[in-house]
Amino acid sequence: MTIQKNNPFPCDEETSTKAVAVHCKGITKAYGSGSETVNALNGINLEVRTGELTMLVGPSGCGKTTLISIMAGILDQDEGDCVLFGKNFKSMSDLEKTRYRGEQVGFVFQSFNLIPTLTAAENVAVPLLIRRIDRKTAVQKAGETLKNVGLGDRLNALPAQLSGGQQQRVAIARSLVHEPRLIVCDEPTSALDHETGFRIMELLQYAALCADRALVIVTHDPRIFDFADRIAKMDDGRIVDVSDSPQDMGK
Amino acid sequence: MRFVAIKMLVGDRAKYLGIVMGLAFASFLITEQLAIFTGLMTRTFGFITDTAIADIWVMDPKVQFVDDIKPMQDMQLYRTRGVDGVEWAVPLYKGLLKAKLENGNYQTVIVIGLDDATLIGSPPVMLKGQAADLRRSEAVIVDTVGAAGKLSKPSPVPGQKRIPLAIGDTLEINDNRASVAGICKVSRTFQSQPVIYTTYSRATTFAPKERKLLSFVLVKAKPGEDVKALASRIKAVTGLAAYTRDEFKELTIRYYMKYTGIPINFGMAVLLGFIVGTAIAGQTFYSFTLENLRHFGTLKAMGTTNKTLLGMIVLQALMVGSIGYGLGVGAATAFGKLVKDTELAFRLPWQLLVITAVAISLICVFAALLSIRKVMKLEPAIVFKT
Ligand SMILES: Nc1ncnc2c1ncn2[C@@H]1O[C@H](COP(=O)(O)OP(=O)(O)O)[C@@H](O)[C@H]1O
Ligand SMILES: [Mg+2]
Repeated sequence: MTIQKNNPFPCDEETSTKAVAVHCKGITKAYGSGSETVNALNGINLEVRTGELTMLVGPSGCGKTTLISIMAGILDQDEGDCVLFGKNFKSMSDLEKTRYRGEQVGFVFQSFNLIPTLTAAENVAVPLLIRRIDRKTAVQKAGETLKNVGLGDRLNALPAQLSGGQQQRVAIARSLVHEPRLIVCDEPTSALDHETGFRIMELLQYAALCADRALVIVTHDPRIFDFADRIAKMDDGRIVDVSDSPQDMGK
Repeated sequence: MRFVAIKMLVGDRAKYLGIVMGLAFASFLITEQLAIFTGLMTRTFGFITDTAIADIWVMDPKVQFVDDIKPMQDMQLYRTRGVDGVEWAVPLYKGLLKAKLENGNYQTVIVIGLDDATLIGSPPVMLKGQAADLRRSEAVIVDTVGAAGKLSKPSPVPGQKRIPLAIGDTLEINDNRASVAGICKVSRTFQSQPVIYTTYSRATTFAPKERKLLSFVLVKAKPGEDVKALASRIKAVTGLAAYTRDEFKELTIRYYMKYTGIPINFGMAVLLGFIVGTAIAGQTFYSFTLENLRHFGTLKAMGTTNKTLLGMIVLQALMVGSIGYGLGVGAATAFGKLVKDTELAFRLPWQLLVITAVAISLICVFAALLSIRKVMKLEPAIVFKT
């Protein structure tokens, strides 16, 4: 599981300037109704920039998952605006939003969410298949991407035949294969041991991050805070602190 | 995404087989029951099929089906002959009589009496002897199933196979001697009694003395004559009922449909197959979707449109549907081959395959609809829920 030394992902940090990837303005979100209402987000203002690894951190239940779901366009906020690369989700139909996600967003999940009956390469090919790229091309491109995450020799393995760390690598390859401009990861290391989690973070930082792409990682694991370029600390549905240097987080 | 849909489906071997087997079972049950039903219905008019030479059957207007004999007076034959457009008209006797076997046992038999001069309506297939042999004195022709079965003789050695009735053997019908002159093959009918052909005049001597003995008049239309029009003409002139061959078959089927429990019984069996199929296949297909809901959610989050997801589920349903259908219909056909030479009525015209296909499609649509509804309403945000 060695990562190739020449980075195949077209990132050129020297020449690019950081741009706003996601802009959240006054976002609120409540679940349920009546006495059951849970105010998950209470007015979120946040900018996520390309070329940066932004972490959303905070105690369990503070609204991290809710926030990245809205940023990724899979959940509608109640109030406020969420603008992804200049496009406001509010102004899009469900269909447009779905298509936009398919082009602009990559997902990495805590529990990998690979389709168990597809091989590693086929799983990675899915985002390309969704964009109607023919199967042969898609699987081939998926194979290349898998090589770049150090799984060149496991292309035909089923998820069940892979370790947790390997599965997460497949998932990362899947989030990258169609070269989206935003990658959202919800607790990508929580299901892994510390060492493996660390390697996954290295991979994300190295392979996924590039100048015109933004990476948003939700975590409550302080041991990986060091990987962040920016940390947004949340509590009770609010951003309580945004800091550019993780060392300030007082860990 | 078709590829993903198929792999999702067949990758889960156990579930996949479960769904396919459920559908195969349903389609087998439906096809087989319909085929037996069709076979039985065909049997009801077996005698009409065997007497294909007649264009028109003339009978008492109260007759409801082919085995429902309401004798007419002989003069009806001459009146029918007189109708314009009739090429020929011959009498036919059909009745249930008691035959006394050589060992003294009695057996009810169906006696068919054919026009003495022409022997029109003679057995469709002669296995031994020929129809003309009926002209010999006391001659009768016996159907092979009856000869080997209900009319057979016990073996002289106890415990051995019974000996079929053969040419030269005699039996007594209503105290009249009858001598077997031939063995024939007839289409199976609903009446399980042996069939004995003889001449009209001999049949009427066998029969108890009655004023009216004529069961049917068989009519051939003149060449170029409109058979339907001729039938109505005969009806108008004689006041009798006159049906074309197909009309008489239909009348017979309709009687059985209306006055017997057969259609209900088979309808229930078919319905049962349908319900069992829907329950098993629908339920397993739905639970397959439920198990994969997380993956459908992931696909949705990753940008798969509802339309594509719908296509995927329809494809999955189509696939299990057509494989299950193929297996079920194949099994039913094999079953039909297996029972071909047995008592079981089994007829599988292509129309039945269409009916089963429609039924299986309905089951699949139903199963798919539940799944589609679930997946369409799926919130992609579930993907981050652990
Ligand atoms: N679908 C839901 N229905 C009701 N309440 C929810 C739902 N999803 C999340 N919540 C609630 O909203 C709050 C924020 O949840 P979440 O965004 O998952 O927090 P985090 O990811 O930081 O743990 C929690 O109190 C949680 O219980
Ligand atoms: Mg969470």
